[in-house]
Amino acid sequence: MKILQERIKHTKFGESLIIETAIRIMVPFIQLFGLYVIVHGHYSPGGGFQGGVILGASFILIGLGYDFKTSLSRMQEKTNIILGNLGALLYTGVAILCALMGGLFLDYSALDKLIPMGPIEWRSFGIFLVEVGVGLAVMSIMVSLFWDLCSGGDLDEGL
Amino acid sequence: MKALAFVATLVTGAILLYGTMDFPAWGDPQAPASVHLSTHYIEEAVAETHVPNIVTAVLGDYRGYDTMFETIVIYCAGLAVVSVLRRSR
Amino acid sequence: MIWGIDLLILLLVVICAIATITIKDLLSATIIFGVYSFLMCLLWAEMGAVDVAFTEATVGAGVSTILFIGTILHTSRRSKD
Repeated sequence: MKILQERIKHTKFGESLIIETAIRIMVPFIQLFGLYVIVHGHYSPGGGFQGGVILGASFILIGLGYDFKTSLSRMQEKTNIILGNLGALLYTGVAILCALMGGLFLDYSALDKLIPMGPIEWRSFGIFLVEVGVGLAVMSIMVSLFWDLCSGGDLDEGL
Repeated sequence: MKALAFVATLVTGAILLYGTMDFPAWGDPQAPASVHLSTHYIEEAVAETHVPNIVTAVLGDYRGYDTMFETIVIYCAGLAVVSVLRRSR
Repeated sequence: MIWGIDLLILLLVVICAIATITIKDLLSATIIFGVYSFLMCLLWAEMGAVDVAFTEATVGAGVSTILFIGTILHTSRRSKD
């Protein structure tokens, strides 16, 4: 009991052992579910947008339960920017690659000339590539919106 | 002024409710929206794209432009917030 | 589409919408707006548009509520009008 009281004295306002432990257990499963929603979008409701928001929500949850420093150590600011740009570039890159390979813009069956896999199979795989791009972009933008709006821009402390 | 706004809202709501009386019934197969292109998507989407979920096939393949610019819009929103609020440390 | 559930959800949607725009406390308005988003999600799931319901549950009720609360933290909690 004394040890617990000592520990409570040293913690900052708003930190709670129960919430932090619960978030530490929950976050890997949330991220796994987000990846499942992106990858399984061909067969069930879901897709890049929803999965990206769920992946972003897991990092937002770390920022809510711990502080901004922990959230920034789990997801670096620079990595976040690179991932967001990569997601948007993946979508437009696949679309332009289709045009360069001789098909129409966003006509995935033209990519058959690059790797012969069958034009119909390429249309299915092209949708998958595009969904991954949407997921990366949306995840990075959601985390970045949370950081900026809740800390007023300096990423020190907030919510 | 508040009463005037209330009356305007009420009249607009009544006109909108009157407009819904011409709508086709919910899930009507003979509605104009579901006789033009929907039949092609429902019948051919699995054979043409090998994606069992037709919503994903329409969003990712047939309406690819739409989803692309949706992503660009969200990207621009994030860019605007970062460029307005972010202060360099 | 079951008309009883439909009527109940639509009634609650109207009540939540009116409460959101009339309440003075902005934090309460945000929470009621989250309730409104979940009710719209229920309505869409009940009409068969599961993808739209999924998007509404994640974006409308999940992330945008947190963004609203984070914005209220930097402004005032009471609305003036």
